[in-house]
Amino acid sequence: MKDRGPLKEIVVLSGKGGTGKTSITAALATLLGNSVVVDCDVDAANLHLLFSPEVQETNVFVSGHKAVIDSAVCNQCGRCLAHCRFDAIHLVDGQPVIKETSCDGCQLCARVCPEGAISLIPADKSRWYKSTFRYGHFIHARLQPGEENSGRLVRVIREAATSSAIDQQIGILLLDGPPGTGCPVISSITGANIALVVTEASKSGLHDLKRILSLVAIYKLRTFVVINKFDLNQAVCQEMDTFCEHSNVPVIGRIPFDPTFVTAMIHCQSLIEWAPASPSAHVIREAFQELVEQCQLNVTQYR
Amino acid sequence: MIIAIASGKGGTGKTLVSTNLFQVSLDDRVDVVLVDCDAEEPNDAVFLPGEPKGMQTVTQQMPVIDKAVCTYCGRCHDWCSYNAIFFLREPRRIDVLEDLCHDCGACLAACKVGAITEKTVPIGTLSMRYINKRPALIEGRTLVGTASPVKIIKQAISEAGKHDLVILDAPPGISCPFIATVEPADYVVLVTEPTPFGLNDLALSIETLEQMGKPHGVVVNRAGLGDEALYRWLVDKGVLQLADIPFDRAIASVYAEGKLVVKVLPAYKPVFQTLLDRIRAQAHPSTIA
Repeated sequence: MKDRGPLKEIVVLSGKGGTGKTSITAALATLLGNSVVVDCDVDAANLHLLFSPEVQETNVFVSGHKAVIDSAVCNQCGRCLAHCRFDAIHLVDGQPVIKETSCDGCQLCARVCPEGAISLIPADKSRWYKSTFRYGHFIHARLQPGEENSGRLVRVIREAATSSAIDQQIGILLLDGPPGTGCPVISSITGANIALVVTEASKSGLHDLKRILSLVAIYKLRTFVVINKFDLNQAVCQEMDTFCEHSNVPVIGRIPFDPTFVTAMIHCQSLIEWAPASPSAHVIREAFQELVEQCQLNVTQYR
Repeated sequence: MIIAIASGKGGTGKTLVSTNLFQVSLDDRVDVVLVDCDAEEPNDAVFLPGEPKGMQTVTQQMPVIDKAVCTYCGRCHDWCSYNAIFFLREPRRIDVLEDLCHDCGACLAACKVGAITEKTVPIGTLSMRYINKRPALIEGRTLVGTASPVKIIKQAISEAGKHDLVILDAPPGISCPFIATVEPADYVVLVTEPTPFGLNDLALSIETLEQMGKPHGVVVNRAGLGDEALYRWLVDKGVLQLADIPFDRAIASVYAEGKLVVKVLPAYKPVFQTLLDRIRAQAHPSTIA
């Protein structure tokens, strides 16, 4: 086990999708100047669209296995049917058949089959990449559509990122998290020290903020909140401020409703690159400064 | 007829489309039920208030190892495909890593000495809301900390039963929770936005649906924002564009307040009505007059 040293791992989360996680992550990566950035939203990765990384290494990820029954060998005893808890085996004219989209790949059917009629085919079309980009190293992945186990893929790329950071002697890992609160989010959080939760001033945003904050509390992360589109609804924004205050979570930025984020995206740039003098860029820079001070981030190059 | 409202990217407007489609269907006296399948972050109830009546707990089975009976043979560990059993032969140690357990029952079947039993643990809830005494919204919700919402999603959909129209508000992404939601659907409506992120994630969703052989169409939300690349892509791919919802701060603002656009901004009602008609025509092509 290598010494992790003073590695700081910042995970950007939101609960609700589309609040601006990736745009904020891109802005932070720009401000950090040199870090290891990980796109943990392996289902719908977007950060590479802004940063056009140069892939240095491509790796295969086996997301799981799918059972297949050889009907020529099967004696139709029905043991597999009785054992499957995923409702993935059905009888078609008396012959057990696997429904691929329901199969969880647990292999129990293959293990209990007395005839050895069931084999497991690896799902190996997902890939993960070690890349470089203009602000350091970039670890990302592409989950093959329909393949499962995105939580485990997140764990794999996270581990790769941690060892990259140690090898390159880079002190900061920046993770763009997936939406939700389930397994890929839990895998993104595990091992991180700092959570930056990006929410938006809407009732849905507030509901999801409460859930994600209760999740990060379980993992005892140092947590900060940025409210995006804060001017969409002043009352909700107020409620978020109050809720965060009661939860002892500092709100370190309030970003206005700003289509400039989309313009920057279309030009494959972060907001800091595209519109460095814009009000939103100003807010993000201040929030970044706050993170740097509060978490004593060792920033080698500050723009 | 079951339709799923989905998108690869989060925050494109799935909930906006689901709840407003539900409302126009209700206004049209359609026998309709909305199922919130985004069990990690369910938001439909924000727009359809009222206290839930009837709450069910969704559970899973979790193995319990009796260490006094266990012979430390390691067979359960070998049979577990999810690394959910931590096992050391020397010094003897065996533990269930509950976060990783998929409730498949392999360890139970593997154990030859009967050292493994199962306990029932809660993983989430289903709640029902009614409008005029008729079921209106079924919400699946994971307990915070639950890894997989799939079982909750499946139960929520089966709880809905048969209706003229069942609308499933899907979770984002293209992995297991998304698959579990679109699997039972007759038709899938993908909501996207005309931005590079929106297009990238739409392409992934469509690739997944094509593999599954699911008929689908696209709603472009925030039309007018971003660029033309999405529209060109839709034409190139021959993907049906069902509706455009314009980029209008007023819509964002009504949504932020937790209100329905078709109620507060009636000018947009025809957009959702037309969308409903087009979805019905797509899902039941034979019924077009």
